Amino acid sequence: MPKTDSLQGSLDLLVLKILSRRPRLHGYAIMSAIKDWSGDVLHAEEGSLYPALHRMEEAGWIRARWITKDSGRRARIYELTAGGRKQLEAEESRWQAVTSAVNRVLRTV
Amino acid sequence: MSFWSRIANSIRGDGLSREIDEEIQGHIEEAIEQGRDPAEARKAFGPALRTREECRDFRLLAFLDSLRADTVFGWRQLMKRKVTSAAAVLSLALAIGACTAAFRLIDAILLRPLPVAAPERLYTVARQGVDVDGQVRTADMWAYPDFRLMRAAVKSQAELIAVSYAQPMDVTYQSDAEMEKACVQYVSGWMFDSFGLRPALGRLFTENDDLKPRAHPYAVLSYDYWTRRFARDPKAVGRTFRLDDGLFEIAGVGPEPFTGTEPGTVTDIFLPTMMHPAVVHDDWTWHRTLARIKPGVALEPVRARLQATSRAFEEERAKGFKGMSRESIERFLDLKTVLEPAAAGASGLRDDYRMALAAMGVLVALVLLIACANVANLMAAQAAARAREMALRVSIGAGRARLVQLVLVESAWLALLSAALGAWLAWWSAPFVVSRINPPDNPVRLNLPADWRVLAFEVALTLAVTLLFGLAPALRASKVNPANALRGGASSPHARRRLMHALIAVQVAFCFLVLFVAGLFAATFDRLSHRPMGFSADRILTLDARAPQAQSNVFWEQAADRLRAAPGVETVALADWPLLTGMSWNGFVSVNGAPPGPILADFMKVSPGWFDTMKIALLAGRDFRPTDATPGAAIVNETFVRQFFHGENPIGKSIAKNELLFQVVGVARDSPYRSVREPVTPVVYVPFLSQQPRQSATFVVRTAASNPLALASILRHEVTRARVGNLRTQRELVQAQTVRERLLAMLALFFAAVALVLAGIGLYGVLDYSVLQRRREIGIRMAIGAQAGDIARRVIADVFRMVLAGALVGLVLGMLSVRYIATLLYQVKPTDPAMLAIPSAIVLAAALVAALPAVFHAVRIDPVAMLRAD
Repeated sequence: MPKTDSLQGSLDLLVLKILSRRPRLHGYAIMSAIKDWSGDVLHAEEGSLYPALHRMEEAGWIRARWITKDSGRRARIYELTAGGRKQLEAEESRWQAVTSAVNRVLRTV
Repeated sequence: MSFWSRIANSIRGDGLSREIDEEIQGHIEEAIEQGRDPAEARKAFGPALRTREECRDFRLLAFLDSLRADTVFGWRQLMKRKVTSAAAVLSLALAIGACTAAFRLIDAILLRPLPVAAPERLYTVARQGVDVDGQVRTADMWAYPDFRLMRAAVKSQAELIAVSYAQPMDVTYQSDAEMEKACVQYVSGWMFDSFGLRPALGRLFTENDDLKPRAHPYAVLSYDYWTRRFARDPKAVGRTFRLDDGLFEIAGVGPEPFTGTEPGTVTDIFLPTMMHPAVVHDDWTWHRTLARIKPGVALEPVRARLQATSRAFEEERAKGFKGMSRESIERFLDLKTVLEPAAAGASGLRDDYRMALAAMGVLVALVLLIACANVANLMAAQAAARAREMALRVSIGAGRARLVQLVLVESAWLALLSAALGAWLAWWSAPFVVSRINPPDNPVRLNLPADWRVLAFEVALTLAVTLLFGLAPALRASKVNPANALRGGASSPHARRRLMHALIAVQVAFCFLVLFVAGLFAATFDRLSHRPMGFSADRILTLDARAPQAQSNVFWEQAADRLRAAPGVETVALADWPLLTGMSWNGFVSVNGAPPGPILADFMKVSPGWFDTMKIALLAGRDFRPTDATPGAAIVNETFVRQFFHGENPIGKSIAKNELLFQVVGVARDSPYRSVREPVTPVVYVPFLSQQPRQSATFVVRTAASNPLALASILRHEVTRARVGNLRTQRELVQAQTVRERLLAMLALFFAAVALVLAGIGLYGVLDYSVLQRRREIGIRMAIGAQAGDIARRVIADVFRMVLAGALVGLVLGMLSVRYIATLLYQVKPTDPAMLAIPSAIVLAAALVAALPAVFHAVRIDPVAMLRAD
């Protein structure tokens, strides 16, 4: 069972990436997407996801609005902003740099 | 955008929480729909509150949010204890209001810069010298020919501007029957230009309006006067009015903010200096000289140049002085010219009230401090009661800073409410004080705008006050030890009591100081108003009359006879002017043909019967006879006899003022001439009758009825061929001279009363609190047999030690402060035992009265009930 720790540092990246592929998701859907797309390896905790969403919203990377679903319930859905797209690029390249550096170290040792 | 949305979210408060809750709830329901176990779905969130708080913190400014919460909480706390809150707010409001009112006055008279371009480069030119008594005297009056020379001498470094004293004068727009008063100031034509002022209507003067004596009959109205007198009628420009014997045409209206150069007086009509009758005389000093230094010019060379020019002028003039000793002439010439900053203008009101206002400011600040100590004590007592609440907050994780903020916000509420109430108080009390300092003939009109300066002062004061009384309790609350407090024992009752006792000592010290100073002012006023006058001011009416042309003595005597025939009139006499208007005619006197000494004597022309009308006793010799004329007979006062004749009988001796020769025929009792504050000067009364016709004189009328003003309008119409300008009672004139002292005494006593009440309430509160704290101890003591007297002593002993210590400190402060206010006192010795004993007795009595309820409370504690209760 993977720990939340395994997500640390990459939660923002994952959320941004998911929203870039599939805009207009609510929190539960984002959580499910992380789980499904990672082949059930990565697991975002509710207690981390929502603060992260609100933080990214405040940072202007994503924007939220309320919609009424068919069931009549209201849901808060998120989508990427232009700033979020830039942030995604930056995070992705940072991630690539870090993982390739880590890989290099692993290969050398 | 994000910053503003955060602020908006912070203020929105609960709305945001609801939104987050709804989102989380939606998530859980979605999870359940997807087949998760409801309990498990909820658990996945961990503590829901924490998640919500974490989300919230991103969406808003945490400090603003906590501030909002504290504000709401603080308000509820205040509302919960309405009586204490009201007491705190009222005492603070009184103090803040008094402070703001004092600031408005000080600002308007001393600080506010004139609304002219670059006021910081404006100076007044004055002369400083040492007079006969060794006192440094400053004179700011100049003669116009001297001014002209000085202006030319410093032309390249500074622009000099002549401005006369603004004075009420008679003005007529239609017939002479409709005479009105307007405040007239003669100013240099180039003043408006130099000040960078633009007309509101018509035109202002220029240099060309001020070239030749009596050749520029134009006037500029002040905006204020145009509004009051003409209701801003544009047709006012071009109208004419009579003033003295001249006809003036209104050329324009000045800009709204500019009300003249004298704070305390609003000028109505500006006239060019060339229209002043004294402009050609080199021995009439009648105007102030303002200097506008050009940018980047050093002051000292300008000053030296002005001094050299003015000295050369006076030396030239002194050549014409005959029979004066070299020493006297040297003293006359040896004056230092000084430049004093005049960014805020120059006025006599300012010089008169500078010290008085400063003293008032200090007193008011002391009252504010007393009020702060009071509220601090109240808050400390509250904090004690809330120790448990604070401990609970600490134990569930509130930071120290957060607790300090909580208590400070509550203090801020108190301060804010007080400031609002205080502002309202200051709003009407400042104009009220101004209306109290009105000499009857020359009402003070101060610009008292409630603008950003006053607002900024209030805000700064409120903040300072909040910190002053709120910080100590706040820090103390944050130091609460949760373990102790929750266990039930107060954390450190002794430390808290120590703080409260120290505050009591401070309060008493300040209270004593305020009482002491108030006592000095009250005694000064008392001595001044009971000073032996040498004359009787009762039932005396004075009428200053002015004829269209200079008239012979016959004219004036006939007018006096008409008045004598009027009903209700006892006696009528003629004089140059009434006593105690500040007017005087003085000169050096030579006795028995010797050269004149260095002492100035005051002169006044009076008609036969004047001494009788004024009820001034003649101690030797006789009154003037109708045939006595100037020069000829003279009557001198006692001081004159002492200083010029060394107490010998002067009757029959001869004295001379320049070429005027007199023979002393009588000695009159001393009475103040110009001012009741200065010692009686040597005075020479000379006959009203003289060869030279005169244009103006004063009728001194003693009426039969006790209210002389009842006859005013009748008498005014009896003077048919001259115009009566000022009509005043002698009593008014006496009172006008003690206006400052009366105001000081009144305000100081008021502040003293406030200080006493505040300190008393503070003492009562602290004692009551300490009895409440120690009721268990007292109960035990009583149970084991302590007597009521013993308990009472115990309760008040240490507080009274504080009161005594405070009073002692106050005494020392009082002694130290006296030299700063010495110039405001009259014949009052601060070391006078009565001056010290009275405030001491009052403070102790107030302390006793304040202590009584707590003592009663303590001795009536029922030990059985007390011990059972806990």
